[in-house]
Amino acid sequence: MLSAAFKGPMGLYLHIPFCLRKCLYCDFLSAPAGRQTIDRYVRALCAQLSREADGCKDYWVDTVFFGGGTPSLLTPEQIADVLACVRACYRLSQDAEITVESNPGTLTPEKLEGYLQAGINRLSMGLQSTFDAELKALGRLHDYRTFVENYHGARQAGFSNINVDLMSALPGQTLSGWLETLRRTADLGPEHISAYSLILEEGTPLYALYQDGGEKAPAPLPGEEQERLMYEQTKQVLAGYGYRRYEISNYARPGYECRHNIGYWTRRPYLGVGLGSASLLEETRWKVTGDLETYLDFFSPEKQTGERPLQDGAVLRQERQQLTETEQKEEFLFLGLRMQEGIRVGEFRQRFHTGLWDVYGSVITRLQEQGLLLVYDDGRRMRLTERGIDVSNYVLSQFLL
Amino acid sequence: MAQINQSNIRNFCIIAHIDHGKSTLADRIIEKTGLLTSREMQDQILDNMELERERGITIKSQAVRTIYKAKNGEEYIFNLIDTPGHVDFNYEVSRSLAACDGAVLVVDAAQGIEAQTLANVYLALDHNLEVFPVINKIDLPSAQPERVIEEIEDVIGLEAEDAPLISAKNGIHIEDVLEQIVKKIPAPGGSAQNPLQALIFDSVYDPYKGVIVFFRVMEGRVRKGTKVRMMATGACFEVVEVGYFGAGQFIPCEELSAGMVGYLTASIKNVKDTRVGDTVTDADRPCDKPLPGYKKVNPMVYCGMYPADGAKYPDLRDALEKLQLNDASLFYEPETSVALGFGFRCGFLGLLHLEIIQERLEREYGLDLVTTAPGVVYRVHQLNGEVVELTNPSNLPDPAVIEYMEEPIVSAEIMVTTEFIGPIMELCQERRGRYLGMEYMEETRALLRYELPLNEIIYDFFDALKSRSRGYASFDYEIKGYERSELVKLDILVNREEVDALSFIVYAGSAYERGRKMCEKLKEEIPRHLFEIPIQAAVGGKIIARETVKAMRKDVLAKCYGGDITRKKKLLEKQKEGKKRMRQIGNVEIPQKAFMSVLKLDDKK
Repeated sequence: MLSAAFKGPMGLYLHIPFCLRKCLYCDFLSAPAGRQTIDRYVRALCAQLSREADGCKDYWVDTVFFGGGTPSLLTPEQIADVLACVRACYRLSQDAEITVESNPGTLTPEKLEGYLQAGINRLSMGLQSTFDAELKALGRLHDYRTFVENYHGARQAGFSNINVDLMSALPGQTLSGWLETLRRTADLGPEHISAYSLILEEGTPLYALYQDGGEKAPAPLPGEEQERLMYEQTKQVLAGYGYRRYEISNYARPGYECRHNIGYWTRRPYLGVGLGSASLLEETRWKVTGDLETYLDFFSPEKQTGERPLQDGAVLRQERQQLTETEQKEEFLFLGLRMQEGIRVGEFRQRFHTGLWDVYGSVITRLQEQGLLLVYDDGRRMRLTERGIDVSNYVLSQFLL
Repeated sequence: MAQINQSNIRNFCIIAHIDHGKSTLADRIIEKTGLLTSREMQDQILDNMELERERGITIKSQAVRTIYKAKNGEEYIFNLIDTPGHVDFNYEVSRSLAACDGAVLVVDAAQGIEAQTLANVYLALDHNLEVFPVINKIDLPSAQPERVIEEIEDVIGLEAEDAPLISAKNGIHIEDVLEQIVKKIPAPGGSAQNPLQALIFDSVYDPYKGVIVFFRVMEGRVRKGTKVRMMATGACFEVVEVGYFGAGQFIPCEELSAGMVGYLTASIKNVKDTRVGDTVTDADRPCDKPLPGYKKVNPMVYCGMYPADGAKYPDLRDALEKLQLNDASLFYEPETSVALGFGFRCGFLGLLHLEIIQERLEREYGLDLVTTAPGVVYRVHQLNGEVVELTNPSNLPDPAVIEYMEEPIVSAEIMVTTEFIGPIMELCQERRGRYLGMEYMEETRALLRYELPLNEIIYDFFDALKSRSRGYASFDYEIKGYERSELVKLDILVNREEVDALSFIVYAGSAYERGRKMCEKLKEEIPRHLFEIPIQAAVGGKIIARETVKAMRKDVLAKCYGGDITRKKKLLEKQKEGKKRMRQIGNVEIPQKAFMSVLKLDDKK
């Protein structure tokens, strides 16, 4: 039993901004880097972890997530060092969910075993597609065969909680091709599947390829109608394999929902550690600098002795924003409604001491009339309808006050 | 200057076809007369409105006084009054000319006489001005001064043998122009002893001084304390200050007397009391009768202007009132639209005038506007014999009571190099033009004469003319009168609801084509909604064209990575913000720019 002095559980996100090569669609903070840089970075991560510990002493950590980039570029020793640091500075739950993201091709049996030893108990694998042509169009380095080998390797090593990331609406992808990817993946039997639609983000090479009529593009993108069919059938196909959609883009066998990600949608506190990572603690959001040199220098004693040392606020507390109650309400809705179950009406009152209907009555009525929102369970819960999911951007934006 | 000798005053303007270098010459004259040093010179001093500078054209006439020491050793006062070059602003040109005794005609040494060169010269001669030509841009490789001199003598009949050959841009031979101003332009007439008679040719509003009246004293004198009366409005004021125009500033002086150009202030609060063209006289010792003033020019193009934010309606009204003060040709009256709320029906001299007013409202007054499709003034003859002047399509009477309708027709002159005669004639044909004839100015250039319906040229005729002649055609027109025509009202229905702000009057034979294009354009502009939206064009309740905005199929967010919620929220906020720039028609949201996009309907790209 934990003492009553604790405020509750929190998540810990650790960003690893390194990869072998940047994928064509990727607009996350990541770039290839040398061994030395990665070593320096891991030391900085540990330094940040201990520096931030005091602000988190009233919470216990029940999820840890190594995201990237490609966190599986870290050696088991490096992962172990970081986790040792977490254990030393934070109250890590016995049954904490500890995930590492990985790319097929980076997972040797030794590494997998080492990760397990270090305490990793959930492995997330970025497969994206089971067709090599599609993988190539995305600029991925692996092929399907390598993935399958790595997947079996992980099982053999003893991983009993595996997520596979997939992507639909890929260049040249057909509906039947997508369903095939789903089936092949489900046949392997991972506990969790994430399936996102490819979105061309401005500034990425793939985005550029589709400009000016898309003549340079690898293949045409599926149309909207196709894309929505892919989405709808994903739910059906995966249901046949025993997966349940619990969030707009996430599917899991019962009991294997990703606790860490659910934390984001339910506004559980989390601390982001590492380059560009975001935090929500004490109803305050902030981000760590996105500039690698600045981040590394900040944690290098020799660089910090200069005339003008870098300030905490400038490096670790960028875009710091104390959320107003209005903003908290907005977030409660536009994040919570991403969950299949949606939000609990009573929880709104409990948190904000005012009724959901008093704040959003007219919006909810209109969205209900439009068939986008469903109030169910005797008015105790509210969630998006299937049609509401199709146009979730529109629906969620209605909840901004 | 202690004593000003009336015989040493020269009041003149510069006239030219657009781009022939009028404003540049004005700058050089100001520079050479030493009022300012070269260092103080900013390019194009007279164009002090931000917009003018950006577009490189002169919109508002302005005046400046400089002092020139001539070769004969005497000092002369030059009152240079700048005039706009564009055909839309003939009215303004006319105002400026009335304050002058002479005009410098600038002709481009490469392009020679253009349509507006002729129009402006005739206007100047109408006002009994002494006109002398100046050949500009002689340093261009393509300059042919001899040919242009010949052309001026043959076509206009002006003596051009001793015309100064100059480059205003590079300051070549500007002295010749100054000397000719002294020699060729007469000193102003009138006597300071006569009762005051002064012509208002412009005015501006100053928040501290009230209305500042620009005028030319024809007879008599005026000074601080003079009680003046505006002869047309009857308003009386005691003069607080008189003065003349420095470059970009007002310079107070003791007195202004016959022949002088200057300004007065008299704590005039109401802009309507000082009408441009009115005569100012001494209230205690009035003159017999007012000066002729100018021919009142009626607006030819009308459109609705609405504030994007309904709460800004009073601001728009104030801004229009201020603009009208020194743009007497601007007309406005309140109107309401179901789609757009409260706004104004505004009248303009032409489409360029409309665009400039719109831009000035947006820039100088910080207003965000929604403008409806421009139309001309139609005459609706009803069966009961009544004739209605229609400026707003929404007010079209029931077709059952209409006997027939008339539309304004213009006489147009288009000057074009011979190789483009074909395409230009084709264009005029498409615009329902009636061919009147063609004259060759010289071997390679011809003047085409057409009669065209005004409503065919207010949209994009200039653009079409330029693109089909690779910029070589020039165009001038004047209103000829009204003619009977087959006209119908084209209505646009969005989701089966008529949008009054999108209705317009169109020639019956073009209704289908215009309706179709309008629907296509709106389909591009109206974002997809959760439901399907039909867009229809109708004439007299009958649908003649239809497009459909398909229902929104998906609108989903990207992956939210590593708990970075801020980025996602920004996206949602952007989406919500976009809604504010929409107009709600029934349950359809129409972007404000859709109302404007119909202006550019017949762009042929």
